[in-house]
Amino acid sequence: MNWLSQIFAIVSFSLRSIPQRLGSAITAAVGIAGVVLVLTGVLAISEGIKKTLTATGAPDVAVVLRSGSDSEMNSGLTREETRLIADSPGIARIDRGPLASAELFVIIDLPKRSTNTPANVPLRGVGAASFDVRGNIEMVQGRRFESGKNEVIVGAGAARAFGGTDVGKSIKIGQNTWQVVGIFTAGGGIAESEIWTDAAVLQPAYNRGDTFQSVYAKLNSSGSFNQFKDALTTNPQLKTLVKPLSEFYADQSTQVTEFITTIGVFISVLMACGALFGALNTMYGAVSSRTREISTLRALGFGTLPVIISVLAESVVLALIGGAIGAAAAWFAFDGFQASTLNWATFSQITFAFAVTPQLLVQAIVWSAVLGLLGGLFPAIRAARLPIATALRDS
Amino acid sequence: MKFLSLVIANLKRKKLRTVLTVLSAFIAFLLFGLLCALKEGLMGGVNIADADRLIVRHKVTLIQPLPESYETRIGRIPGVDAVAVQSWFGGIYQDPKNFFATIPVKPETFLDVYREFKVPEDQKQEWLRTRNGALVGPATMKRFGWKIGDTVPLTSPIWGQPKDQSAWEFKIVGSYEATKKGADTSTFYFRHDYFDEGKVERKGLIGWATVRVKNPDQAAAIAKAIDTEFENSPYETKAEPEGAFAASFAQQVGDIGTIVAGVVSAVFFTILLVAANTMSQAVRERTEEIGVLKAMGFTNGLVLVLVLMESCFIAMLGGLVGLGLAWMIASSDPIPTIIPTLNLPTRDVITGALIAVALGLIAGAVPAIQAMRLQIATALRRN
Repeated sequence: MNWLSQIFAIVSFSLRSIPQRLGSAITAAVGIAGVVLVLTGVLAISEGIKKTLTATGAPDVAVVLRSGSDSEMNSGLTREETRLIADSPGIARIDRGPLASAELFVIIDLPKRSTNTPANVPLRGVGAASFDVRGNIEMVQGRRFESGKNEVIVGAGAARAFGGTDVGKSIKIGQNTWQVVGIFTAGGGIAESEIWTDAAVLQPAYNRGDTFQSVYAKLNSSGSFNQFKDALTTNPQLKTLVKPLSEFYADQSTQVTEFITTIGVFISVLMACGALFGALNTMYGAVSSRTREISTLRALGFGTLPVIISVLAESVVLALIGGAIGAAAAWFAFDGFQASTLNWATFSQITFAFAVTPQLLVQAIVWSAVLGLLGGLFPAIRAARLPIATALRDS
Repeated sequence: MKFLSLVIANLKRKKLRTVLTVLSAFIAFLLFGLLCALKEGLMGGVNIADADRLIVRHKVTLIQPLPESYETRIGRIPGVDAVAVQSWFGGIYQDPKNFFATIPVKPETFLDVYREFKVPEDQKQEWLRTRNGALVGPATMKRFGWKIGDTVPLTSPIWGQPKDQSAWEFKIVGSYEATKKGADTSTFYFRHDYFDEGKVERKGLIGWATVRVKNPDQAAAIAKAIDTEFENSPYETKAEPEGAFAASFAQQVGDIGTIVAGVVSAVFFTILLVAANTMSQAVRERTEEIGVLKAMGFTNGLVLVLVLMESCFIAMLGGLVGLGLAWMIASSDPIPTIIPTLNLPTRDVITGALIAVALGLIAGAVPAIQAMRLQIATALRRN
């Protein structure tokens, strides 16, 4: 137990002497705080977008597109095809008919509220059954649009981000004017970045004839997906691809989240190297300014291991303090911050909120501890190797 | 300059500390350089846009097509010099991951409006002769190892494939050179007539038109005239200068400028702390020596300059190496699918160098002033 008490003694001694080296200590801590702040901030964007794209609400919804398309914009289905799809086995039915919504996806220009510059906003034409298919659409203001009329409802995210979308306002698109009659939420999912209207009114407005782009179908149970998919792929009159809604959304998010994550991690790795150099500098400085003290301790009989651990402990404590400050700052500054960006997969805006999740915070603390360990390792080894006699003589 | 050896000798005192500080500066400026290149890649279209070019698109959104007949109607508007129609083909080569832009154009008008693209005359003539000929940018040629004469199959999820074929077949007839620095050289251009003929449906349409005006000062007025011409028709237009069009895309991604500035400021603040800390430690350790120098006759001003030279040396060494490496990385186009051509503008390199000098001066300021003010007797007495 002797060396345990040795460790405890030296560690508490060196920690209490930090105030003597306040300048260097602050430098190291601030460096690490900066790394944690930037890494957490950028990853919070990626987490926020992922959260939006995976909050589907319904696990038993499937999306049907034309085969070969990678997004709704590239897809095209005739009315006949959508009827065949809606009549396929596996789809839930109510007395009104099958729960399948043939939809149209276009883009309109609306000004971003934050910069007043134009942005691509998704405008979706939906079928009568769409609300039942999605299952999580709730009107928080106003009412649903009436079929056959030039009325739209705006997703909560879109209403926050884009101008001209308040209830009662009109949106003029080309030669058509659309009245905003309500604002809806969709469980935090991507539908909240969109504006919805009746597909039947959207088709003539965009010269689409009688074509749609996708069919969203509610399956009668989560197990019927394969039945539904097989029925469609073996039908010679259809050339379609079918995906579960969650997979469809996940595929759309990959490009944008990969981009942000790659850049974020890259920047943070570079900053971490910079912080590491700063920490190394600090710890080498700490060891060299306490050469005499360390040699005295060793001359007194304290072992090498306690000396090493004391230097490491000092480095880790400073790093953890910096990391905690950085994580707390990231949480206060970024969590919940509303923003929107361009989703390359759909060429339109997606609204999201920065999400500083508990996992990110834990990751931040772990990163700082690692940086602290690395920053203290070599100085600690040097401290342990100091030749006692010459060091004591050092002035 | 005779004191340079003194400065360098001082720096070599604690080599490890100097090296670590230089490395911190190196990282900071590497990051600065790469972020500037990224920002330029996302927003650069704005800077190289031509003042005498307008982009005319469907008023509602870029994804809506315009009738091909608009080409002649726009050409008749007074002040318009040339009209180049373009469309978005969305072609895929083997895998969607291999993305590059594919655009059908009319060869003569295209090269007339985009004068910054230089094509050898024989390649241009071959393009005019070959119906399925394609002009491919050097960046894409290099990426897939294509050569002139190669046949390249592409599929189009948007337009489908030509009747009874599984893919569109193109013959590479030439390449182009961009005379403007930072221009995108990855686009695959092919002929509009081959495109329109091969389409199964929705024929006679174009995506957007690039218009060259005779007088750049009249650009805004001509844009308005174009929009007025097609007002209240089934396909209304929005004409705007090329720079505004490019800017609106960058703004859609987000406020890149602010984010980059924010990250860069955080990084520089940190490295400033590191350098300042190093310098103050260095000066404190050498109090006695500075006292000796002053006793020998070095003036206060000279001592100040020596300390500042030391900190500037550290900042500039790290800074220039960092900027240099950033420039080399950017020039190698590491992320072609996201940003086709990365480029670190000279203006940002110069800014970086100036920041390095400023960083050196600020970091060394306080220790330098302290050193300058040392009283000789006190300094020599210090133990």
